[in-house]
Amino acid sequence: MSFFQILWFLLIGVLFAGFFFLDGFDYGVGMAVNTLTSDDAEQSQIIQTIGPVWDANEVWLITAGGAMFASFPFWYATLFSGYYLILLAILCGLILRGVSFEFRAKSDGKLRKAWTKLLGIASAWVPFFLGVMFISMIKGMPIDANGNMHAHFFDYFNWFSIVGGIALMLLTYLHGLNYIALKTVGQMRETAKNFAKALYYVLYVGLIVFALLLIFQTDFFSVHPFGTGITVALIVVFAILAHVALFKDNEVMAFISSGLTMVSLVAMIFVGLFPRVMISSIKPSYDLLINSASSTPYTLTVMTIATVCLLPFILAYTIWAYWIFRKRIAMPTVDKPLEGY
Amino acid sequence: MDIVSLARFQFAMTTVYHFFFVPFSIGTAFAIAVMESIYVHTKNDVYKKMARFWGNIFLLSFAVGVVTGLIQEFQFGMNWSDYSRFMGDIFGAPLAFEALLSFFMESTFIGLWTFTWNKVKPGLHAFFIWMTSIGSLTSALWILTANSFMQNPVGYTIKNGRAEMTNFFALLKNPQLWFEYGHVVFAALMMGGVIVAGLTGFQMLKAKKQAVSDETKKVYKTSMRFGMCIALIFSVLTIAVGHAQMQYLIKEQPMKFAATEAVYKTTKSPAGLALFGVADQKTHQLKGSVEIPGMLSFMSYNKFSGSIKGMDQINKDLTKKYGKYIAGHRVNYYPPVNTMFWSFRIMVGIGMWVALVSIVTLFLTRKQKETLYNHKWMLWVVALTTFVPFIGNSVGWFVTEFGRYPWTVYGLFTIQQSVSPTVSVASLLTSNIVYFILFTTLAIVMVYLVVKELRKDPANLDDPQLLEKVLDPFDKGAF
Ligand code: HDD
Ligand code: HEM
Ligand code: HEM
Repeated sequence: MSFFQILWFLLIGVLFAGFFFLDGFDYGVGMAVNTLTSDDAEQSQIIQTIGPVWDANEVWLITAGGAMFASFPFWYATLFSGYYLILLAILCGLILRGVSFEFRAKSDGKLRKAWTKLLGIASAWVPFFLGVMFISMIKGMPIDANGNMHAHFFDYFNWFSIVGGIALMLLTYLHGLNYIALKTVGQMRETAKNFAKALYYVLYVGLIVFALLLIFQTDFFSVHPFGTGITVALIVVFAILAHVALFKDNEVMAFISSGLTMVSLVAMIFVGLFPRVMISSIKPSYDLLINSASSTPYTLTVMTIATVCLLPFILAYTIWAYWIFRKRIAMPTVDKPLEGY
Repeated sequence: MDIVSLARFQFAMTTVYHFFFVPFSIGTAFAIAVMESIYVHTKNDVYKKMARFWGNIFLLSFAVGVVTGLIQEFQFGMNWSDYSRFMGDIFGAPLAFEALLSFFMESTFIGLWTFTWNKVKPGLHAFFIWMTSIGSLTSALWILTANSFMQNPVGYTIKNGRAEMTNFFALLKNPQLWFEYGHVVFAALMMGGVIVAGLTGFQMLKAKKQAVSDETKKVYKTSMRFGMCIALIFSVLTIAVGHAQMQYLIKEQPMKFAATEAVYKTTKSPAGLALFGVADQKTHQLKGSVEIPGMLSFMSYNKFSGSIKGMDQINKDLTKKYGKYIAGHRVNYYPPVNTMFWSFRIMVGIGMWVALVSIVTLFLTRKQKETLYNHKWMLWVVALTTFVPFIGNSVGWFVTEFGRYPWTVYGLFTIQQSVSPTVSVASLLTSNIVYFILFTTLAIVMVYLVVKELRKDPANLDDPQLLEKVLDPFDKGAF
């Protein structure tokens, strides 16, 4: 394993972590549209909190996918062809969700209601299936000697992966609630906090089940007892921290902690996988390894140079954008409608 | 049905669909950026109103462009996993650049642009749309770098059963890339102009039926001339680059070129250009053709002499070079001739049509005499021209992509070898049906919403009143 191979394995982890931290709250806010609001004005209010930023957040996912193709083509090929129908489901969710912002904004009456509903459903749908995919992946999938996956229904959907899907859905939902609490004024801010406070208890139950399944269904604790232990502990600590922060009305803290909960989850997956990228349930020698699944050192070098040069700019204008939109959003009224969407 | 045909059908369906919206967005974003810049410099309110009005249409196209782009990125892994293994080392770098350099820029600045119409200075707002436009223009460059490699591989070696990149700059210096990029981008920018002018044609038709204010008329008239100026400039450039690209093809992919001209037997010198005809694939003849003598030689070599190598000869050459069997599959090297022949003619016809319509429109809308607006049928011609570039773009890609047959990566990797080995017919059929339903729905909603936006009066697009006091992002003490 060379330096660049490990670097890109880490970078893909960072990209997925960034995706869950940023786009995570977009999904949560999307779910809240159906669950937290009672009328169109409230819906507009919370959609407005993510309106200007959700697309850029989603690019983290696109970049993670692109970087996987670029740096580990064999991983990309096996994962994407192996999870065909799951990815189809994810794509459909992303597509409907992606257009629903603009379509909702430009329609009225029944259609507007329909797009709002769809936004909510798709926002729950996507993290659920992402959870199913990642969690079944760390359990190990039937991958043959050529790196092709021959999986059946129960390889994709089992207790472990379903709990994982629900946990991820819940995590993004909570993250979204914390974001709403941070970005709105008025009634919405309180409602979001109260919801989140109660839901964290449900999350704790989910996390315990998940941790137990992790012990029995994966080899993570035997391969990397220390790393897995630490990251699992971090997941729990950040969840509790966010919960406590909510009670203390520290919204910034709650939001950052719920984001870090998901970052820790991604970290756990990547730590546990190392030095593999995909685990074969048929035979350990069929595992896809960082060493053999990657692109050539030359390609990795080119990409590293590109990343090093471009990342500062991306971060700079992303931060600038969040700075411009740093104000809390109030509920729109007739004489004070919202701009944009 | 086999997986290869299904995967090919899916690729064609999803990229053609993606490529309806891509040039739409690239073109209108650029047009709007120019409008806003004119507004910033001249303080002429008409241009601001135009930018707002066309901006709403652009946003709809962008939304669909983005989500259909997602499918593109995923489908290489889903349907073409062996291709991804083979091409990953090459394809990866441009794709990573595209995401890092272009997509982040595009999506961040479009958010800033959409939500800050009256919150920031006009100059800064124009800057936002320029950044969006530059983002989408560079995005095209990177993806075409990958596509150009597939047409004309450079800067690689074959090792460990895959193409490995040896020189990134060779990829960027690929002559195929610069022809392709110029042609695609100019065609997209042309499309932006055509859409602005063409949809204005519909508006003017409507204005004939119901009274509209002078202010509104002014926006329409300015949009018409503005759009047609852009269309004229870029249609001429598109044609020029297309012509150069064709001459380049004769050298690099003679089979593709011979197929676009349906030349089976090597011609005598000089060769005539067939305007119409149907290729008979059994007898290898072009039936019912109408020819301009000497023209094909002229188009190909800039002189009235020189012969064109026929497909039969090229097929023999290629068979000798690559063999009758590749990776256990029997191959022949003939692309679908009629598709190529007609796609090419339609594309060229459309280029000429747009150039013609824009010249005539600009002439008929000049200050002294605005003949265009007095004739319904002329307005109809302009209005219906809106849809023409969409067809031009699709058939252009037909030429490029079908003409590569039987390769996905020219000379290196065939379509048969590219497909995912584990994906079942059932999965592919499902995804094809799902995409088809999804695309149809999106298209219907999109058209409905565009029409709805067009019904609005550009002179009275109520500038959404902002919660100035509460929401001004530059207020002190946010958070
Ligand atoms: C409305 C758009 C449009 C218009 C008016 C034209 N084209 Fe085009 N053409 C395209 C849109 C396009 C395209 C979709 O953008 C393609 C596909 C790939 C590419 O490079 O550009 C293309 C491909 C393409 C190719 C195939 C290139 C290859 O396989 O490498 C050739 C030879 C031409 N064009 C030539 C022309 C000529 C001589 C035109 C003169 C009128 C012309 N095109 C007008
Ligand atoms: C620029 C990036 C592009 C890449 C990397 C790319 C790559 C591919 C690949 C891998 C295939 C399948 C294998 C094959 O049939 O050759 C394909 C086929 C096809 N593509 Fe593209 N493509 C690109 C752009 C486009 C665009 C923009 C269009 C149309 C608007 C298009 C139209 C088609 C069509 C019609 C086919 C089917 C051809 C056939 O089945 O032989 N492509 N392309
Ligand atoms: C077949 C290969 C292609 C792939 C893998 C691909 C990938 C993508 C992806 C992932 C997006 C979403 C970006 C976002 O969320 O902001 C996208 C949108 C876009 N793609 Fe493609 N694309 C392909 C073909 C093309 C081609 C051939 C072009 C241009 C010549 C192009 C230009 C764009 C542009 C400009 C957008 C921005 C959305 C818009 O303006 O409508 N793509 N593409």
